[in-house]
Amino acid sequence: MGQNGHMHAIPAIHLQALRYAWPGQAPVLELPTLVVSEGERVFLRGPSGSGKSTLLGLIGGVLAPAAGSVQLFGQDLGALSAAARDHFRADRLGFIFQWFNLVPYLSVLDNVLLTTQFSRQRRERAGPDPGQEARRLLSALGLTDPALLARPVTTLSIGQQQRVAAARALLGRPRLIIADEPTSALDHDARTAFLALLMHEVAAAGATLLFVSHDTSLAPLFDRTLSLAAINQAAADTALP
Amino acid sequence: MNALARLAASSLWNRRGTAALTVFAIAVSVALLLGVQQVRTQARESFANTLSGTDLVVGARSSPLNLLLYAVFRVGDATANVSWKTYQKVVRHRDVAWTIPLSLGDSHRGFRVLGTSTDYFRHYRYGRKQLLRLAVGRAFANEQEAVIGAQVAAALGYHVGDSLVLAHGIGEVSFEQHRQHPLRLVGILAPTGTPVDRTVHVSLEALTAVHLATEETTGTASPVRNLTPPAITAFLVGMKERSTLFMMQRALNDYRGEAVTAVMPGVALQQLWQLVGVADTALLVVSGFVVFAGLLGMLTALLTSLNERRREMAILRSVGARPSQIFSLLVSEATLLSLLGAISGLLLTVGSLALLRPWVEATYGLALALGMPGRLEWAMLAGVVIAGALIGVVPAWRAYRHSLADGLTVRI
Repeated sequence: MGQNGHMHAIPAIHLQALRYAWPGQAPVLELPTLVVSEGERVFLRGPSGSGKSTLLGLIGGVLAPAAGSVQLFGQDLGALSAAARDHFRADRLGFIFQWFNLVPYLSVLDNVLLTTQFSRQRRERAGPDPGQEARRLLSALGLTDPALLARPVTTLSIGQQQRVAAARALLGRPRLIIADEPTSALDHDARTAFLALLMHEVAAAGATLLFVSHDTSLAPLFDRTLSLAAINQAAADTALP
Repeated sequence: MNALARLAASSLWNRRGTAALTVFAIAVSVALLLGVQQVRTQARESFANTLSGTDLVVGARSSPLNLLLYAVFRVGDATANVSWKTYQKVVRHRDVAWTIPLSLGDSHRGFRVLGTSTDYFRHYRYGRKQLLRLAVGRAFANEQEAVIGAQVAAALGYHVGDSLVLAHGIGEVSFEQHRQHPLRLVGILAPTGTPVDRTVHVSLEALTAVHLATEETTGTASPVRNLTPPAITAFLVGMKERSTLFMMQRALNDYRGEAVTAVMPGVALQQLWQLVGVADTALLVVSGFVVFAGLLGMLTALLTSLNERRREMAILRSVGARPSQIFSLLVSEATLLSLLGAISGLLLTVGSLALLRPWVEATYGLALALGMPGRLEWAMLAGVVIAGALIGVVPAWRAYRHSLADGLTVRI
């Protein structure tokens, strides 16, 4: 379990009786309950079709549930307006996706600083010079070569792109990092190196980590493992292609 | 908003090839619009300024427009003449300050010949009440001499001292030439941008002499010839007091001795412009549609780029962009493209005008003004940018729908 094991502590993620269906379709997600404590690093095993994207959309506040509630750090997202949810996400959440994490027309540094464009809180928490903090994160993730930072992001290798994405997700110390199969496009060595760096930075920032992957070999690195297929009651009887 | 504008600019810079083409298409259409508007303004001004300072144009009974066309623009022919007797009655009227007789019907190598008096050089005014000015030489003094307009001189390469032969009737090739009475060129007028530039001016007496010489068989001419013409085509009148103008016009139109028409050129010019102006309004409408087509090109470019940008929109959403900000991003891109297009179009217009100015002035006598665009031109440019921003709503709305549906993961 995480460092914050008291029963009365407010969890980072608290999902209750959550149900979601795309318009005109059968429910893809039905979660009776899911709790992630603050500071916890959770491995969520979810093959494609298990409702993983839907779950991340709900936690990100981009999708609204058909029933049930999503509470992040005690805040019920359903009680917020759409704009307020966007604000909440910008301030407290960092995302890393499987691939195509970067805006192709921005430089490496501008991609990392993108979060500070949409969240004043993240900008303020990135210190007096967010650019310097961005460079610190990039170098902590092994991207130190100034020539590399000047290159168009589209010319970076997938491993380099994922590290830039991680730096962006970490900048301004968001309280919750959500990583959606960030290592599936990497080879084994790069995967281990990336994960070690990510875990270290998440710990340094004191953030909560929800790591979604179908690669169970990574599971031992985390505090706890959950199987989405096991807890999602909708997926059990829904055959997806 | 500032961050969004910067994003929009970076995004366009990333697609600078397509963006440049879009801007170029808008720029060309805007340049066309501004160019047409410029020529329109100048043409109208130049048209209205063909004749100024003249109170009445008088000719044989006809429609005012027809009278104006042949007397001022040298287009078409008079149906009848005005007798010398009637003309003299007006000349001697106590309220009349000056008159200019006009006698048309002959030509010289395609240019109209105008028989008139030296009062033409004293009283004929055009533009902002400017008098005619001789670029070279002097006005004609007798029936042996001629003065030509600037375009005649340029087209035929004539110099003072050359001799020219008039032809009966009009047209480039006339078989009946008045070879027995050649005229000597004594003066060339400075360009005016009016039909004067395309006219050969001689005295009334010269025309009579030319026609007499043609009629007489060689060697039998009587030593004393009466060169006073029996009739003239039309005449211009300047009044001493403008208050007597309407009385004079009515008196002439009601004159029982001969059927004549007297028109005030300002009014008739406006009527004529309303006829001609239809064509130039049509031209403006057409160039307006060309601008619209340019903006449609931008719409196409933005819409085509949208699908490949769905991933980019999802990334922006994940870092906290609201759907409304995605909407603004695309409207900003459209606005930026049309703004760049409008500015480039303005520069293109100014550049081409500067290049074409000497040629247009020499060929058409239109003096194109350079200088800053007027209020109407600024309004047109603003209209283009606003239209571009409005058109940007279409891809923006679609991106907005996408970003709501896609969330953080693109589902295609």
